[in-house]
Amino acid sequence: MPAVLETISLVKQYNGITAADDVSLKIEKGARHALIGPNGAGKTTLINLLTGVSRPTSGSILLDGEDISKLSTHKRAKRGVVRTFQINQLFNDLTPLETIGLAVSERRGQGLDWWRIVGSRRDLMSEVVEILERFHLTDVIDRRTAVLPYGKQRLLEIAVAIACRPRVLLLDEPAAGVPEDERHEILAVVGALPNDVSVLLIEHDMDLVFSFADRISVLVNGALLTEGTPEEVAGDARVKAVYLGEELADV
Amino acid sequence: MLTILFDGIAYGMLLFVLACGLAVTLGLMNLVNLAHGSFAMAGGYITVILVNHLGVPFFASLPLAFLASAAIGFIFERTLYVHVYRKSHLDQVLFTIGLVFMSIASIDYIMGSGQVFVQVPSVLQGKFDVLGISIGRYRLLIIVTCGLLTVALQFILTYTRFGSRLRAAVDDSRVARGLGINVNRIFAYTFAFGSGLAGLGGALGAEILGLDPTFPLKFMIYFLIVVTVGGTSSITGPFLASLVLGIGDVAGKYYAPTLGSFVIYTIMIVVLILRPQGLFARAASR
Amino acid sequence: MIPSPAAVHTATEWLATRARWHPLEMAFWLAAFAAIYLLPDRHLILTEIAWLGLFALSLDLILGYAGIISLGHAAFFGVGAYTAALLAKHEIINEPAVALLVSGFAAMALGFVTSFLVLRGSDLTRLMVTLGVALVLRELANRYGWLTGGADGLQGVSIKPVLGMFRFDMFGHTGYAYCLAVLFILFVIARRVVNSPFGLSLLSVKSNPLRASAIGISVDARLIAIYTVAAGYAGIAGALLAQTTAFASLEVFSFDRSADLLLILIIGGAGYLYGGLIGAIIFKFMQDYLSALTPQYWPFWIGLVLVVIVLVGRDRMMSWAAPIRLIAERLNWRALARQIIASTKKV
Repeated sequence: MPAVLETISLVKQYNGITAADDVSLKIEKGARHALIGPNGAGKTTLINLLTGVSRPTSGSILLDGEDISKLSTHKRAKRGVVRTFQINQLFNDLTPLETIGLAVSERRGQGLDWWRIVGSRRDLMSEVVEILERFHLTDVIDRRTAVLPYGKQRLLEIAVAIACRPRVLLLDEPAAGVPEDERHEILAVVGALPNDVSVLLIEHDMDLVFSFADRISVLVNGALLTEGTPEEVAGDARVKAVYLGEELADV
Repeated sequence: MLTILFDGIAYGMLLFVLACGLAVTLGLMNLVNLAHGSFAMAGGYITVILVNHLGVPFFASLPLAFLASAAIGFIFERTLYVHVYRKSHLDQVLFTIGLVFMSIASIDYIMGSGQVFVQVPSVLQGKFDVLGISIGRYRLLIIVTCGLLTVALQFILTYTRFGSRLRAAVDDSRVARGLGINVNRIFAYTFAFGSGLAGLGGALGAEILGLDPTFPLKFMIYFLIVVTVGGTSSITGPFLASLVLGIGDVAGKYYAPTLGSFVIYTIMIVVLILRPQGLFARAASR
Repeated sequence: MIPSPAAVHTATEWLATRARWHPLEMAFWLAAFAAIYLLPDRHLILTEIAWLGLFALSLDLILGYAGIISLGHAAFFGVGAYTAALLAKHEIINEPAVALLVSGFAAMALGFVTSFLVLRGSDLTRLMVTLGVALVLRELANRYGWLTGGADGLQGVSIKPVLGMFRFDMFGHTGYAYCLAVLFILFVIARRVVNSPFGLSLLSVKSNPLRASAIGISVDARLIAIYTVAAGYAGIAGALLAQTTAFASLEVFSFDRSADLLLILIIGGAGYLYGGLIGAIIFKFMQDYLSALTPQYWPFWIGLVLVVIVLVGRDRMMSWAAPIRLIAERLNWRALARQIIASTKKV
């Protein structure tokens, strides 16, 4: 199957640390691909490299076969490479309505419109409210993001990414910090993502990983340790050693 | 031409003494203190009062100016500045501009708006020739004094416990606190010391730079240039930047008087574009 | 999934309310225009308030909506002032309204060129760079005294009647009407811009530039655009000063002007467009009153106001200053929230 997003020997070094060590990763079209690994393995670094937040020391990134390594973050987002952040990066002074409205209007190419009043386009509003309903945000659409409960903020974080109609969605620990009783909403939303969106999921929650993914890559110290189906990875002794080794060190 | 170099070095070292307090408070407390020049002005006017009106010998009034400015700095830090540490840079800018305006108006009220001169002792007046270079005595004093101060500063920073605590706090104040270093007390002493140095610089500089109530505004941009071009993570950065600025300004005014300060401002803008963290700072991880 | 029509309607309503002209706004402008007829002996100070308010509005566009701190906004003000004065003095353009537009474009050109300087760097860098630009311009104006009149200012400027009909007089009657008309037109345009998708993107850039670029917004391009427009507004304000006083001098570029402008915007509050106008009114009357008390030491009081404002806290002051607006909005929101909850329950 063709890869929609691919890295070729990606390396990132700074301050003497090798955060990404010759990473060659393929995300297939329509994939439910998970990336796991101990803390500090370089998972967020990889997402930063994929989205253009940081530049690789060497190696390249291909989107549908086209080299996007030199493109800026916003250009990659326009081409469909969209991410969520491990720590919420939202517009604290805007409401969810404004946030999703902004994402949708940007995607539709109306972001430079300086004359029309926001919210005057019927078709756009329809799409915006549909997304808000899908992510259970309709009860808070007019509240400032900063005052929303954390679970709602996390949902909004994912909703914003979906509003961009991504081709490739990079989810950086979507369930991080979410209290137990609100986790199911996140899981449901992640599970209901459209099939044409290729998803790379970074998570520590193994239940979520194994219920969601059809392919798992394991990243350790910046390098890919192994890759395969959930069964293969779960049965891999090296993977167990990496995780168990961590636990033993804690004892 | 070497005379120009000499004058430029004197000017540069004076700028360094004036500005290094600002560099440290910015690097240490992330505090933008546009009122730094006011402490320099205070030192200058105190010296004027001591020497001209109270007959205190010039050489004695220099350390007194230092102490007085340091004391004023300490008081202001504990009562006023401490409230704005956590505020945004915009708030700090507004706050310190407010202090500048208040200080200018106060000095204007108390001392009048004209330029004042310090009665410099005769041993410091005039110049003598060495190897074809015209050495001004006053400027020689500046170089010697500021040079000694710089060496002393470097010594304190590198070899004393206070110095290492200060360097730790500048590097990462959260970690420093975690290590038990009383960062607040370091803030207070450092701010006072920086203000004292500014006051000393004002006292020394009154003769060369000209002292009047608008001093803090006139020289604010120079201090800011030293700090932004030199960076805030070391002493050598601002030191080198001050020398470059001093020599450049003196040489510029001599060789290309029509361009004047215009060149300095343009260089500053260019440097800031290319390296926002300063020419001499190590790449900040913050 | 099809969204419920009621929810769509409520959301649309909420956004429309956000942009609708509030009765207080209409009252404000009615009063401002009424002052043309009702307060003829105050026209001189009202003229100053008008172009000062426009100047502050231009700063609000970049500070309140895009988050760029500038200590040198006077650079654009000064360019506009000198352009208008020179156009009039050398009789290159005799119609003040046209000269106004040209001056605005001159300032916009400078704004565009210098906008690249404020894209990168911390707040402190931006402060320094903007300050540097204003200082450079002041130096240039000083050096090229043969053009600008140097420290004495540009003498011998005479302004022809506006639209060929309305002569400028020394009581400020024409001046005030002229400045107010310009201010109103530019205000309405600015109001449309901030309520547009573009304006919303500016707020997002101010709030979280990282997130903004992650959803496909070119942060640099938006900042350049608003900075350029704001520079144009500031230039027009400067041109209004030059045209109503028939004079321009170096102090249009001075640091004092940029600092006073920050104060004006902070007093009125940044980020809702009226802050600059309200701040200009308060500042001018304060200046009038305090200058009468202590003519020479007026900077002391300005400084004190700045210090107090920061110590008290700008957020706290904003919440005292706009109680009516807040209450009105809160009433709307609660009603809307109730409607939305009710409509989603039906689905």
